[in-house]
Amino acid sequence: MHGLINRALENVLRQRHGAAQWRRIAARAGLPFESFEPLSTYDVALTEAVIAAACRELERPRDSILEDVGTALISLPAGERLRRLLRFGGVTFHDFLYSLEDLPARARLALPDLVLPGLRLTDLEDGEFRLKTDVPFAGAGCILMGLLRAMADDYGALVLLDMTTTEDCTAGGCPAGVCATGVCATGGCTEEITILLLDAAHAEGRPFDLAAGVAGGGR
Amino acid sequence: MHAAPGLPTLAPDRCLMLPAGVLDRLMPMYLHLSGDGTILAHGPTLGKIFGPERLTGHRFLDLFDVRSPAGMGSTADLFARQGQRLHLCLRGRTDVGLRGLALADAAAGLVLNLSFGIGLVDAVRQHALTDADFAPTDLAVEMLYLVEAKHAVLEEFQRLNRALQGAKVAAEEQALTDTLTGLRNRRALDAALAAACAGRRAFALMHLDLDYFKAVNDSLGHAAGDHVLRHVARVLTREMRAGDTVARVGGDEFVILLAGVTDPDHLSQVAERIIAGLSQPIAYEGEVCRIGASVGMTLSTTYPSCEAEQMSQDADHALYAAKRAGRARAVVFSAHD
Repeated sequence: MHGLINRALENVLRQRHGAAQWRRIAARAGLPFESFEPLSTYDVALTEAVIAAACRELERPRDSILEDVGTALISLPAGERLRRLLRFGGVTFHDFLYSLEDLPARARLALPDLVLPGLRLTDLEDGEFRLKTDVPFAGAGCILMGLLRAMADDYGALVLLDMTTTEDCTAGGCPAGVCATGVCATGGCTEEITILLLDAAHAEGRPFDLAAGVAGGGR
Repeated sequence: MHAAPGLPTLAPDRCLMLPAGVLDRLMPMYLHLSGDGTILAHGPTLGKIFGPERLTGHRFLDLFDVRSPAGMGSTADLFARQGQRLHLCLRGRTDVGLRGLALADAAAGLVLNLSFGIGLVDAVRQHALTDADFAPTDLAVEMLYLVEAKHAVLEEFQRLNRALQGAKVAAEEQALTDTLTGLRNRRALDAALAAACAGRRAFALMHLDLDYFKAVNDSLGHAAGDHVLRHVARVLTREMRAGDTVARVGGDEFVILLAGVTDPDHLSQVAERIIAGLSQPIAYEGEVCRIGASVGMTLSTTYPSCEAEQMSQDADHALYAAKRAGRARAVVFSAHD
């Protein structure tokens, strides 16, 4: 698993629950270091260990923690960079949803070794979409759901999000072994989110200035 | 018609009729010029950059400076060179570069399409442009995305680089080895000396200074000097047994801690052998380097209790006595001297 993803997970846990709590989670997960290095690559088992440790330390279900992580990735001050990079995907939330299929390619443009799970969007019309993703670990779809929620706020769109598949997929070769919210496709675990776009211009949304994020433009 | 050679002149029935506004969307940075070079219409993004009423009715060459191809001083030149890639800037504003292409329309006018090229980021910032100012087919926004992603990755690399630099400095501070010779360094020696003092076993301390080393450095250069220092390290190591410590503590200063030595005569013999070994000529790239060594020594058994500091000072005293006595000498410290 790319260090960037592990570090994002760490940052969110650290900022939401404090440095002491993060150290306890890291210790429980048996991390041989204090902090993930964003430009390194780690065994996916370490990611899994951190998530499992966070569930026990925080005494919260896995899905809820992961969804929180997805939201915090965007909404915490440190998420400004990611928020901006995602906002390049489209002028409206609708455009943004369509840009999600390009997300892995966009990520590779920035970091050639950053492999994001494939995303497939189906437009069911009348504001209903289905987003499928092949998750690298169980519950990764929940991160995506939290992220979508935060981005909808960012665009000022009113959406209803739902994990549509809740079958157990222990037998299907899911990488993590347990998967509360995924359904296994051949070769891995697929998670699916239903998106109901109720109002694309429900609120003002946050401003997005194209050139604000590079040197010389104020941030 | 002012069609350039090689460009087809379209018959009127092959002309594409476009409603007003279509070009605005397809090419938001287009200009439509009349035959005399007056701007008849323009795309909305150019309007945003120049401000209202600053374009239509003005002469193109009053507002823009065509920098290449060279010699584009008149409207006729524009027509004559149509179809060629244009590099231009706003007149009086060489910092805002544009590129473009001009082609004749079907009515003796000229249609020009412009873009920012590599100056995109500055232009977007200066003129507060948004996605809506670019055609959906334009990759401008993707370029801005890439620039920003590149900045983020670069910042991360710089942070990592600083962290690694810090780690390197810390590692160097904790290092115990002299990188040139592979001998122990001052830090390692201090630790070995403290440990020797804390232990019960007797030991001897030997301070060794190379003679004429500076002459080698000055006449044959630093590479020769480094070669000599590595040679010295080999000679010293050859004389040592397990448990001894050999350290390089200065440019040409060495300290040797010999464990279990109580006999001053034996100690002197070791020193004599080392001096003899170091007095042998050293070959370096067809040249011969000649050095020698002076040695001052002291034995832990001559002190009522072990004091590393005192022993070091005494060994130094003995070393200076050896130097004064004419170099290539070995002197054992004695409190009566």
